[in-house]
Amino acid sequence: MDIVQILSNTAGSVLSPVTIGYALATIGLAMHFGYAGLLNMGIAGFMAIGAYGYAISILSFGFPWWGGVLVGMVGAVLFALVLGVPTLRLRGDYLAIVTIAAAEVLRLLFLTTAFEEYTGSADGLSGYHDSFRASNPLPDGRYGVGPFTYTEDQWWVRILGLAALALALLLVWALVRSPWGRVLKGIREDEDAVRALGKNVFAYKMQALVIGGVIAAMGGVVYALPASVNPGVYVTSLTFFVYTALLLGGAATVFGPVLGSVIFWVLQTLLGNLLPALVEIGVLPMSTSQSQTLRFILVGVALGLIVIFRPQGILGNKKELTFVK
Amino acid sequence: MEITPMIAGRARSAGQRFVVSLLAGLVAVLALLLGVGVGPAMAESTDPPSSEQPSEVGLDENPFRVSGNVKLNSEPLAGVHITVTGGGYTADVYTDAEGQWRVGVPEKETYTVILDEQTLPEGIAVIDEADETPNEKEAEIGPSGRVTMNFFIGRGERNTVSFFDQLVERLVNGLNFGLMLGLAAIGLSLVFGTTGISNFAHAEMVTFGAVAALFFVGFDIPIWAAIPLAIAASAAFGLTLDAGLWRPLRRRGVGVVQLMIVSIGLSLAVRYVFQFFIGGGTEQLPGNDSPTIQLFGAVQLSVIDLVSMGLSVLVIVAFSLWLLYTRMGKATRAISDNPSLAAASGIDVDGVVRVVWVVAAALAGLAGVLYAYYRPGIRWDMGAQILLLLFAAVTLGGLGTAFGALIGAIIVGVLTEVSSLWIPADLRFAAALVVLILILLLRPQGILGRRSRIG
Repeated sequence: MDIVQILSNTAGSVLSPVTIGYALATIGLAMHFGYAGLLNMGIAGFMAIGAYGYAISILSFGFPWWGGVLVGMVGAVLFALVLGVPTLRLRGDYLAIVTIAAAEVLRLLFLTTAFEEYTGSADGLSGYHDSFRASNPLPDGRYGVGPFTYTEDQWWVRILGLAALALALLLVWALVRSPWGRVLKGIREDEDAVRALGKNVFAYKMQALVIGGVIAAMGGVVYALPASVNPGVYVTSLTFFVYTALLLGGAATVFGPVLGSVIFWVLQTLLGNLLPALVEIGVLPMSTSQSQTLRFILVGVALGLIVIFRPQGILGNKKELTFVK
Repeated sequence: MEITPMIAGRARSAGQRFVVSLLAGLVAVLALLLGVGVGPAMAESTDPPSSEQPSEVGLDENPFRVSGNVKLNSEPLAGVHITVTGGGYTADVYTDAEGQWRVGVPEKETYTVILDEQTLPEGIAVIDEADETPNEKEAEIGPSGRVTMNFFIGRGERNTVSFFDQLVERLVNGLNFGLMLGLAAIGLSLVFGTTGISNFAHAEMVTFGAVAALFFVGFDIPIWAAIPLAIAASAAFGLTLDAGLWRPLRRRGVGVVQLMIVSIGLSLAVRYVFQFFIGGGTEQLPGNDSPTIQLFGAVQLSVIDLVSMGLSVLVIVAFSLWLLYTRMGKATRAISDNPSLAAASGIDVDGVVRVVWVVAAALAGLAGVLYAYYRPGIRWDMGAQILLLLFAAVTLGGLGTAFGALIGAIIVGVLTEVSSLWIPADLRFAAALVVLILILLLRPQGILGRRSRIG
């Protein structure tokens, strides 16, 4: 068992594009669920819009990479509007079922062979990196220390991902301490009271859905940036994993989503490396693939335990619970 | 070069096609003379294929790709001979077990895809009324560098099965699927009505039934005994969940949304526990290859399908009588209606809820076994695949009403089957989900629900 390699991989996951992508999606979900109280179960759909919007506009329409990012953002705005108009008046669990269904419809549309020419069907999309890599100002080579040594392209993905993450954090931080954010939190606590104060509850919820959706779509773009777009990623389990990360860190906090995502992926990477190693030296009586499945069993158990015993998350305040309904 | 006889075989607008073929031939000759790109690809294609019937040809050597599916009523057809020609390039390929084929092509242009009807099973032909030679199609490489060419295959001697026959067949299949969904949906709806939980783990209760049946069959127990045992195991599973998880949570006074997220966590955990034990593949129950019986018209059903439908109807009728006429059934409906009032009138809410969990789990277990035959096959995530259809059925019928869920399930089942007459088969679940969204737009309380439930 190579302890150094396992720890190095685990440390590397802190800066991986997957973690940054999850962090962005989780911040978007915090906007929906943590601050506005919207039980959006379609976060995988928003991420898929970002990833496919980016890849399709580059591959099929020859956009530059920043054009692809814009298409992903515009797509998320449209999806939020389409989703929000019929559903934002519905009660919590109804909203959950509709959003999860909408995300699944979206995934099936990306998966069907009818549009394979554009979406690549079950194969997904790849090979859209030229424009993005051409924009990289870093000279060729490998940089960094220890587990954080990457090539210039890998660094460019991480730099832009972290920049997007910082922007999203700044935006959410500024929004939730503004009067707008206070109204939003008011809606979460007592929708009727806010309505009685003369606020347009529907408009506030819609704005939160759009802003959070765009941030989540950015997460989808960062997730797809280094490698490929694979329709098997944007399943409902992705939504549940993002929820796990969110509730772990604290749903109604600014930095909780980032902390939750980092912990989620550090643990996933650690277990993903450690469990097979334990199987090899004969400590765990199972096969290697079973030990990989064990990770996901633990995610499910963890999600249940967090919700029951610490619903406010690591950084959250017990007084600011998000499960008021 | 196969281009010339193939083009000459076409009846209409032969002149126009001739010009195309002439141009294609010229391009080929030019390419050969210049020795660019096409040369090695041609050499590759004229070599005898490595395996006898390759389903993928020249993918590594060539940048662009033509691929497709050959399916008959969403069942893949294997070993069908496909020829792709164009620009002086020819490739022969055979469909694999999934009915799929892929060909790498060297140029970004239009290729002709020909399906050899001799290699189709007896009595089956490519169908396209708008085209005299439906087994030949033009495929133009799109901007993404790939193109899909699917053939619509139907039964019949080189002509279509009448639309009416297809519709009837889909209706019968849809009814079968709907009844099976109904078994699971009434349980989901009862649980929601009595406890307020949108139970995402209901999907895993469906899978549990199928996995339990597989487990018992593994001990050489015959299938007729394994199914009742699986249902009993499912009921015990429901009882365990209620006693070990849901009842303590009710005692704690955990909110509805929290319970829903707990059910999501449970769903993930149990689903991966299934994968832990049965792996990622598909397992079969015995008897899944039962003979088909010709019913009226073109409708064919397997013996298993008929047994499955009969069993579903029987169980649903028994369940309805239980819900309508027994003390326990009446108490269940009273709690669905108004839990506080029911408790105040002396009904043991906790006891009834426990019975509801057991009944819901047993029904879901039976649905799982039937679904394993309908799909066919048992997978660790088979329940999760129909979870949203179950929610669609329950919502369509009206959350919390058992008979509404049944009606909703039959509508969803028929809809998913019939819709594949018009839309691609891999989008048929999407149709049901779109209906779910539309229902919530137009009549959020569902067919049998009441306005007050939507809050």
